[in-house]
Amino acid sequence: MSIAEILETMEYGPAPESDKEARDWIRSLGAETKLFIGGAWRKAKSGASFETTAPATGEVLAKIAHGGAADVDAAVKAAAKAGPAWKALSGHQRARYLYALARLIQRHSRLFAVVETLDNGKPIRESRDIDIPLVARHFYHHAGWAQLMDSELADREPIGVCGQIIPWNFPLLMLAWKVAPAIALGNTVVLKPAEYTSLTALLFAEMCQKAGLPDGVVNIVTGDGATGEAIVRHPEIDKIAFTGSTEVGRIIREATAGSGKSLTLELGGKSPFIVFEDADLDAAVEGVVDAIWFNQGQVCCAGSRLLVQEGIHDRFVAKLLARMEKLRVGNPLDKAIDMGAIVHPVQLQRIRELVDLGIEEGATLHQPAARLPEKGCFYPPTLLTGAHPASTVARVEIFGPVAVATTFRTPAEAVELANNTEYGLAASVWSETLSLALDIAPKLKCGVVWVNGTNMFDAGVGFGGYKESGFGREGGREGLAAYSRPKRMAKAVPLRPEPQPALTGDAIGSAAVDRTAKLYIGGKQARPDGGYSRPVLTPAGAVVGEVGEGNRKDIRNAVEAARKAAGWSGASEHNRAQILYYIAENLDARASEFAERLSAMTGKRKQDSAREVAASVSRLFSYGAWADKFEGAVHRPPIRGVALAMNEPVGILGIACPESPSLLGFVSTFAPAIATGNRVVVIPSARYALAATDFYQVFETSDLPDGVVNIVTGDRDALAAELAKHEEVDGVWYFGPAEAAGRVEKASAGNLKQVWAETVERDWFNPAAGEGREFLARATQVKNIWIPYGE
Amino acid sequence: MTDRGLRVVAEGRVQGPEPSNPGIPFAADPIEGLRVNLAAAERRTSALAGRRTVKKDWQAAWLVRALQCIDLTTLSGDDTAGRVRRLCAKAMHPLRADLQAALGLADRRITTGAVCVYHRFVATAVDALQGSGIPVAAVSTGFPAGLSPLATRLEEIRASVADGAEEIDIVITREHALTGNWRALYDEIRACKEACGPAHMKTILGTGDLQTLRNVGRASWVAMMAGSDFIKTSTGKESVNATLPVTLIMIRAIRDYREMTGHVVGYKPAGGISTAKDALAYLALIKEELGNDWLQPNLFRFGASSLLADIERQLDHHVTGRYASFSHHAMA
Repeated sequence: MSIAEILETMEYGPAPESDKEARDWIRSLGAETKLFIGGAWRKAKSGASFETTAPATGEVLAKIAHGGAADVDAAVKAAAKAGPAWKALSGHQRARYLYALARLIQRHSRLFAVVETLDNGKPIRESRDIDIPLVARHFYHHAGWAQLMDSELADREPIGVCGQIIPWNFPLLMLAWKVAPAIALGNTVVLKPAEYTSLTALLFAEMCQKAGLPDGVVNIVTGDGATGEAIVRHPEIDKIAFTGSTEVGRIIREATAGSGKSLTLELGGKSPFIVFEDADLDAAVEGVVDAIWFNQGQVCCAGSRLLVQEGIHDRFVAKLLARMEKLRVGNPLDKAIDMGAIVHPVQLQRIRELVDLGIEEGATLHQPAARLPEKGCFYPPTLLTGAHPASTVARVEIFGPVAVATTFRTPAEAVELANNTEYGLAASVWSETLSLALDIAPKLKCGVVWVNGTNMFDAGVGFGGYKESGFGREGGREGLAAYSRPKRMAKAVPLRPEPQPALTGDAIGSAAVDRTAKLYIGGKQARPDGGYSRPVLTPAGAVVGEVGEGNRKDIRNAVEAARKAAGWSGASEHNRAQILYYIAENLDARASEFAERLSAMTGKRKQDSAREVAASVSRLFSYGAWADKFEGAVHRPPIRGVALAMNEPVGILGIACPESPSLLGFVSTFAPAIATGNRVVVIPSARYALAATDFYQVFETSDLPDGVVNIVTGDRDALAAELAKHEEVDGVWYFGPAEAAGRVEKASAGNLKQVWAETVERDWFNPAAGEGREFLARATQVKNIWIPYGE
Repeated sequence: MTDRGLRVVAEGRVQGPEPSNPGIPFAADPIEGLRVNLAAAERRTSALAGRRTVKKDWQAAWLVRALQCIDLTTLSGDDTAGRVRRLCAKAMHPLRADLQAALGLADRRITTGAVCVYHRFVATAVDALQGSGIPVAAVSTGFPAGLSPLATRLEEIRASVADGAEEIDIVITREHALTGNWRALYDEIRACKEACGPAHMKTILGTGDLQTLRNVGRASWVAMMAGSDFIKTSTGKESVNATLPVTLIMIRAIRDYREMTGHVVGYKPAGGISTAKDALAYLALIKEELGNDWLQPNLFRFGASSLLADIERQLDHHVTGRYASFSHHAMA
């Protein structure tokens, strides 16, 4: 085209980024890539390999070694071997390595970007301007946490060998999110990149060599789902971190149940993008571009559900359609391309099928007129209007450049629609009215909310989901918990089942009127559904009293009562504190009665029981104190704005209390949960259940709203598994032997509730171990609300 | 009211629509209902720098177009008739003939969009540009503060038009915008429009003085409702002149105004645009937000004085592959 002709059309023309260096590097990998294990490059033991292709052209880029179980085992051994020395380094020494990695990534940033774009198909603009800078930022930020670990995390230590499995949508960025915090805190890792996108992980391994990272600290095993499974099932791995689909996340949850592995999952989403009538509509339209047409919509937190206030819907859609016409789809190595290629034909097929289904179910299809490249794996930016909340495309994660739009009438309805999903990863709220946006953000059940923005990320701001979008955070101080544990865990003693005395049939002689301990549900004492009771015995086997034998229907009723007590989560911290103090006051007033009861059940001396009651009163005071002091943080990401890290209650927590000490264990678990705004269903110690049932009258005299604490007595481990299965329950705490903990973890996979299963002994009497931040953190999840500002 | 329709330019080529804006009665809704988010506007403009680029022949063509959209300007206290004649000569031959030929444009008349001067030099410029088809623009309302009595300003406009100015750049009373006195601003601009008669009116908002994008958006609407043919950012004398976020808000207002009324308004960023790279960024933003119709001098102008020199040097580099010396290009 001549310059004179271009002056007529004013087209952009081609602007290709050179891929010469990237291809030279790929060639340097040889006929077949190798695995990075123990600081050395090794062939896959089986000799098997698979091809990785450039989705934009379909050409084969490289043959990737297919790591198998034997390779994973070798990598785990290397990581385990490297662990002690790596952990023993000072924080400063580890910080130097992370700093070196950050610098190396910056020095080779263009090579990383071009390789990523070749292998993944994302536009070079995104890999160059977004992915790679965030990768470097992540290593810088975590170099800082390594430096500060000794002082800021003095009571925590690394978990050990971390198995990390990452997806193909942000190959290097997800690697950074996994590797940087893990090695910063002294863990060693075995990482498996996604099958479609292994290359930048191999380039990263070269950087680890250049940085002089000790052998075995980072191991990269390329492979497919079977390789991932070998990691998940490897007995010497202490922690699994997975980013990917909810479907696979569920399988991993089940597979790791009972293994003692710690687990964090960052899964799918169907994130709402809410546009209020007072939004800057043009800004919101650009927001949609960044939300769903970023990375071809292959983003777990993509704003894929547009919820638009009815009065502006038509105008907004008209603006959006005009904007879609301007999007350029094509060669991802072109510098003026908005959307590149879909990662793989399999994914493309899934997108096509879902869009077809959406149309079949009544949605209207909108796509721009421009034609797609004839070759390669491309799909146009797509909008489906009139997709009602019940339609498939409005519910399932498409993981492609497809937005669905529907309307709402009021802010309350927007919140309801936004939360009407099994997912809870992210949300965008568009409004120029601060009071509206800041009212809506906390009501959205998800881990990240962007006000007048979308898809903003920073290493200093935690990212992660609520509900079936997973658990655990990546980034910021809140992300450190996923790669560290309390120091006392190293020498902890496994819990064993509490010995049960044989029933002798004797009753303790008493002149008192017979007392019937029922269940405590919705603020009322309720008979157990089954109509059975079980005895509580002295160590000699005499009957102290009887408690209800709860069953799954009682659990159902208790959860229902907890659900209705939602007001507690919105109560002021001051109010919650007052009630905890009041509970303490009323327990204290009955201290000798409780002590006597404890001694009757345990056979312990009266003064020991009195000490347990006193400790329980003190513990209630502690959480009364904490209720208005467990505050969030104000992050300062590199934007003009803030991100508010809010500690929000998990929701409905099921708690299976430690068997012993029965009263202190009961108080130490329900109190932090309700102090932070959760509603709880508590299964008290089975052996010493009367300590909890005696508490009904304490609750009843303490102004605790009905349904905030519900108590179901009976077979503790069986009831805990029922709680774990119940999909209205958001989290379960289980303190008991490993075997039953495994059953609880397995049962939790249904709605991927977070489980805190502690299978080791804890000194509940020692405040350093028995109360405080560890409990409060488990009772909450961090939501980050991004608020860019400026006038 | 002027609606001269399509202008047929020297080479006989139709260059697309011209501004045609009779204005509409004052309405408060577009002003009060305007929502502008600064952070989002900044994100849009900064991301666009990475999203759009032109290379090789496309870059050369775009630079030629940028050059054609320049209002070649001199607005200094030491301006003289001689200086203005020199400027006019440059406007008629902005590109060295050998470069123009090397670009394959030897048969085209490549000129700047207009020459922009104080009222005092309108007649000089009209005379110097005789037969070139290049319009003379005058800054005619007590430029740059615009605070002389309205009657004086209107008289100045009429005098400039009488001297042959086809385009009048007026400055608004920023006080009206800063105090939210939109009705007064509307009336003032309306009066200027009448004084302009057949000449195109470009309304300078003084965006650096208005400071907030919300103010910029509102003032843009008032200026268009009052009949401006172009809206323009700055006098070039404020401490902050044209910026991409300000441009984004102004051109979105142009788009929405056209959607609402059907009237077409042009856009002129002025001040601070001095490099070829800057110019390309503006053109890309215009193309994305307004479309190709605005990528020609009828609807888009750069108010600039030093931009031309950089464009010439870049085109020289395109042709020769060498970075050019300033002394190889004729000064204005």
